[in-house]
Amino acid sequence: MEAIKPQIAQEAIKAQVRQYISANFLMGANVAELRDDDSFMGQNVIDSAGVLELIAYLEQIYGIEVDEDEMIPDNLDSLNGIGHYLQRKLNSARA
Amino acid sequence: MASDITCSESLTARAPEKALDASVLDIDCAAETALISARLVEIVGRVLRRRGVVVAVSGGIDSSVCAALAARALGRERVLALLLPEHDSSKDSTRLGRLVAEHLGLDYRVEDIGPALEAIGCYRWRDEAMRRVFPAYGAGWRSKIVIAGAQGGLTYFKLVVQSPSGETREERMGAQEYFQVVAATNFKQRLRKTLEYFHADRLNYAVTGTPNRLEYDQGFFVKNGDGSADVKPIAHLYKTQVYALARHLGLPAEICSARPTTDTYSLPQGQDEFYFGLPYDKMDLALWALNHELSAEALAGAIGVTPAQAERAYADIRSKRRATTYLHLAPQLVAPL
Repeated sequence: MEAIKPQIAQEAIKAQVRQYISANFLMGANVAELRDDDSFMGQNVIDSAGVLELIAYLEQIYGIEVDEDEMIPDNLDSLNGIGHYLQRKLNSARA
Repeated sequence: MASDITCSESLTARAPEKALDASVLDIDCAAETALISARLVEIVGRVLRRRGVVVAVSGGIDSSVCAALAARALGRERVLALLLPEHDSSKDSTRLGRLVAEHLGLDYRVEDIGPALEAIGCYRWRDEAMRRVFPAYGAGWRSKIVIAGAQGGLTYFKLVVQSPSGETREERMGAQEYFQVVAATNFKQRLRKTLEYFHADRLNYAVTGTPNRLEYDQGFFVKNGDGSADVKPIAHLYKTQVYALARHLGLPAEICSARPTTDTYSLPQGQDEFYFGLPYDKMDLALWALNHELSAEALAGAIGVTPAQAERAYADIRSKRRATTYLHLAPQLVAPL
């Protein structure tokens, strides 16, 4: 089976997470102004309780388990971070 | 262990002259007591127009100091102390609550809220969520929630359980399980407040809230639970200062040296394990330093951490302020009146 191109996979992940954030945290409001490298917490989009929900969503949708040492802002506090993190996680699961 | 901070000659916290140290939290306890007493008389009598106050006494330092201040300000005959234990309360809580009430000569009532909590589903909802994490959890098990990942990582929570045989295990909690356990245990604070208002209404008294500055600032309370009150006499005081007042007011030594706990879960749980991440004396200094716009470097030296760790402590304080803003808000109206 042909490998998914990394850049395409990351863009798809970010689009899906962006949609989830809009629906779950902002009651459907437009999040077009949320840049890929914006901090969710820094922009007041997600608080610490929201992080728990976001992790639960990622675990359910992508069939992963976020390890405790992976719960850092670099992995989970921006669309770019999530894109990179999930791609690494999913690739290591396939390997 | 209680802080060594004592009362000094100054009424308000001083700006640091050199390096930051714990002396910035020194207060003139006699003057502070006089100030709070005068304000309590004015607020209860003139603003709230009530004849006394109800104080729920947990056996901890904050509620004990509030009861002592109220007795001093209004007279002990105008203070009703309530001891409201439930199934998970430490036996020490009721013993220490009685000790305080009797020491102050207050009228007090002990009302076990365990049966009411059972009836409303508090323990059932909590245990159902805990069994999703540990399927064997049940009668005879004990539990608590501890904070994890606060320094540098994202905050999450672990459920710690102890089986009847004494084996301890811990597991990260998922969002739904965490929210449900917290929602269920919040019944405890909300039911206590219902009883406090019953007695306040019965006596035409006001209800006292007992948060210190750290708890109030950082949102460490249950909305419409312990966060609900008519007057909060020590919300402007750092925890260290509350300990100093306790000694000044002559409260029993056992109260003055008590370690802050939540007394909400069946396993012993320090407040720093559940919420603050640092011991209270360090949290006090961190909050004071942030409020006075001191650098992370200055804080680091005072509390014995690296500048990077001090910066994360600042970030954590700011983050909790943002996350708990809603707890302080009154109901929002969609149009001005």
